[in-house]
Amino acid sequence: MADTLLRVEHLNKYFSTPKGTLHAVDDVSFTLERGKTLGIVGESGCGKSTLGRTILRLIEPTSGSVFFEGIDVARLGRTQLRKARKDMQIIFQDPFSSVDPRKTIFETISESITTQHLIQSREKIEERVLELMDTVGLSERLINTYPHELDGGRRQRIGIARALAMDPKFIVCDEPVSALDVSIQAQILNLLRKLQKEKGITYMFITHDLAVVHHLADEIAVMYLGRIVEKAPSEELFKNPLHPYTKALLSAIPIPEIIENRKRIILRGEITSPIDPPNECRFAKRCEFCTEECRRKEPELIEVTPGHFVACCEVRKGH
Amino acid sequence: MNQNTVSSSESVTKKYKKRSQFAEIWRRFKQNKGAMVGLFVVFVIIFIAVFADVLFDYDTQVTAMDIANRMKEPCMEHLFGTDEMGRDIFIRVLYGSRASLSVGAMATLIGLIVGMTLGCIAGYFGGAIEDVIMRATDICGSIPHILMGIAIVSALGVSTMNLILALGFTSISSFVRITRAAVLTVRNQEYVEAGRAIGQSEAKIIFSHILPNCLSPIIVQVTLRIASAIVAASSLSFLGLGVKPPSPEWGALLSAGRTYVRTKPYMTLFPGLAIMVTVLAFNLVGDGLRDALDPKLRK
Amino acid sequence: MPEKNEIKKVLEIKNLTVRFDVDGEVVRAVNNVNLSLNAGQTLGLVGETGAGKTTTALAALRLVPDPPGIIESGEIIINDKNIMDLPVQKMQKIRGDEISMIFQDPMTSLDPVQTVGDQIAESFLLHLDISRQEAVEKAKDMLETVGIPRERANEYPHQFSGGMRQRVVIAIALACNPSILIADEPTTALDVTIQAQVLELMKDLKAQYNMAMIMITHDLGIIAEVCDDVAVMYAGRIVEQGTLKDVFNHTRHPYTEGLFNSLPNINCRVEELTPIPGQMPDPTNLPKGCAFAPRCRYATEACKEKQPEEHWISDTHMVACTAYEQEGFHIERGDR
Repeated sequence: MADTLLRVEHLNKYFSTPKGTLHAVDDVSFTLERGKTLGIVGESGCGKSTLGRTILRLIEPTSGSVFFEGIDVARLGRTQLRKARKDMQIIFQDPFSSVDPRKTIFETISESITTQHLIQSREKIEERVLELMDTVGLSERLINTYPHELDGGRRQRIGIARALAMDPKFIVCDEPVSALDVSIQAQILNLLRKLQKEKGITYMFITHDLAVVHHLADEIAVMYLGRIVEKAPSEELFKNPLHPYTKALLSAIPIPEIIENRKRIILRGEITSPIDPPNECRFAKRCEFCTEECRRKEPELIEVTPGHFVACCEVRKGH
Repeated sequence: MNQNTVSSSESVTKKYKKRSQFAEIWRRFKQNKGAMVGLFVVFVIIFIAVFADVLFDYDTQVTAMDIANRMKEPCMEHLFGTDEMGRDIFIRVLYGSRASLSVGAMATLIGLIVGMTLGCIAGYFGGAIEDVIMRATDICGSIPHILMGIAIVSALGVSTMNLILALGFTSISSFVRITRAAVLTVRNQEYVEAGRAIGQSEAKIIFSHILPNCLSPIIVQVTLRIASAIVAASSLSFLGLGVKPPSPEWGALLSAGRTYVRTKPYMTLFPGLAIMVTVLAFNLVGDGLRDALDPKLRK
Repeated sequence: MPEKNEIKKVLEIKNLTVRFDVDGEVVRAVNNVNLSLNAGQTLGLVGETGAGKTTTALAALRLVPDPPGIIESGEIIINDKNIMDLPVQKMQKIRGDEISMIFQDPMTSLDPVQTVGDQIAESFLLHLDISRQEAVEKAKDMLETVGIPRERANEYPHQFSGGMRQRVVIAIALACNPSILIADEPTTALDVTIQAQVLELMKDLKAQYNMAMIMITHDLGIIAEVCDDVAVMYAGRIVEQGTLKDVFNHTRHPYTEGLFNSLPNINCRVEELTPIPGQMPDPTNLPKGCAFAPRCRYATEACKEKQPEEHWISDTHMVACTAYEQEGFHIERGDR
């Protein structure tokens, strides 16, 4: 069996709102092998960001377990958790709010090092910060600049350097390129990939951009309203999508090529509310293949072919 | 990594100078003419207040009576005229800046320390503790400040110290509100989450990320609160609940001149002007700071 | 310059230059832009943040905020009228009647305290001489046109989802049947499946109303889907312009090539993307020569020295690149 780094079991995160209980993450389970990338794809409000933060326990899970190298992060005490954070980091979406505007690049990056007491002497810290800046492609003369003097791409590099500072084994990338322009986006994607190759970091890559996730991920999980509806190796998912939602999603990607008569699935119907969702398939209201059975209970995630999981009653019956 | 450049130059962080944030703010502040005038006036007043003892002798010039020269109209010798005891109003107004300014500043300091702490706790932790703090603040804030001041001073007894305490107490609520509002917006920024993700403690996050990013509105509030504390101190002194005569204080001077306001208007005019100019100057500085610190302009 | 006389031009922008004076610095947002839009056509305006796309569009409606924006030079001709010196009142009439614009964020372009029906009706009342009653009826028809049940006319914007809101914005923009619609990143804030719906709707309506459209976007995929012509902007200039086929299948400008290479290709997975190195130049301090030269792999000394001129490769295809003055120059991306 392969080397499992992360195993998530029946993870739930509910928020109570004035209108009822919001099921942000609902019964999510998966495993992630060391050195691989899992892409989490879904539309806004599907709970993908909450999932990433719950795994890192930046948000406390409602129930469920997150085993990181065999240790259940969800049950760690305060001090143990702070130590464990050394191995699990996050890169944020918004390069404008993810770096403290009152701190220079040096201060922001060195904070990671000093917090975990990795290095003591000032010279060594400085050496390390410069090394990290070099790794992420920030030139040394920027060491004392403030974020407002820098553009989005450079700020995002600060965020990456901060995450890398403690040599983490696992990084949650929460839409790290969606706020960037395409030419800069490609620079950051290449950087993330290079880092993975050199350091063997495991990524959980959260995005709404299917082209990006296809480029980077080994395996992709599609989320819809808090649940994983389909999970498969990247190539397989794109070649042979099974869930009707995945199919619609794939057909909706704008492709920068001239394609005559492209067929696309346009979804109709209303989106089910994630607040106290009824006990039925959450995609049922928008699904063209919806039957009586779909309305009766929520389908479970079933392995249909090796490595390819899908949560849809119709697919299981062989459609 | 180019190891040689690091070791050869003793410290790269020293090699590239920080572009100081203070310099940036100062550059923007300077563009605002009104604020610069205000700042100049504030400096002059502070200078007078600090060196009042050097400039004038308290016993012979400020409080000593000179019956021969009582109630003189403004002239070259007595720029603002003299009062009913023959004391020079010009000197008393200048000397009075000491009491007014120190009361204003001390009261604001009390409000700032208590208010900022409570506001920070309420904003950061939220929940029941926030409700308790905010409701208490609402209650305190709903009582007219001057009434509250009167109540506190009457309960504790008339003295400068008690005046400061009373005014400090009344200014707490505005600092609580402002700090909480600022903390609430900063608390949800991703860099705060990043601090947590690298394993920083709550205290560290508050002091290293949240407070520094909340300072702008608080600093502005400080200048504005000093101005209103000076007004409040004068009002209480005017009512005889503040600084005791014969010590000069602007409100007390106004009060003394009140009896003669029809015949000798200059006796109230000049202390009144002093209050007005000071308050205006602080407000100008506050507005200038608000514009200079506004993060929307920085980019 | 080649001209086609048989097709009617509804919008022409000539030598447009816009600058912003901010904090004592001059931001050169749009530099000498020429564009024309034919009746019934969709022109895609593509470029990255700060390329001057939105400013160009705002200038076409004379909506550049002044101050700090200053239109230094240029002519804007809408349906054969030069609007640059029209009085403000006439201009207001033209906006909505002949040219309309929709923005990226539907929430900020709708009034939160008015029902959507009233907001659409408002636009009829401003431009047509009809009663309030009729206007409200027309507004409801309009809602149906954009795929929202007419009963929802009495609801407020916050009761709608993002995609629905954008439909309302489209309804307002199309209320008076303008001949030109400018859409500024209309789907950027929306999810892919919703984006597909909205784009579909816009395509349908465009045909139905026989409008010309300018689609501003950073997404080449959207361009490929809805546009007939494409103009690529960089640092306030149009660097390449042509039909969709010209630009996508016979790419000529190094920047356009760079954009294509930066995108992960969904049909062909590659190990590494080829990004454009470096950053956009500072618009307060544009280089003397070609603005793209510092990032361009083909740049020569000549590129850094002088502003590129327009090279017309065919009747429709223009590229502004100095390198084409050399005999036999071509970029790596081949024709497809």
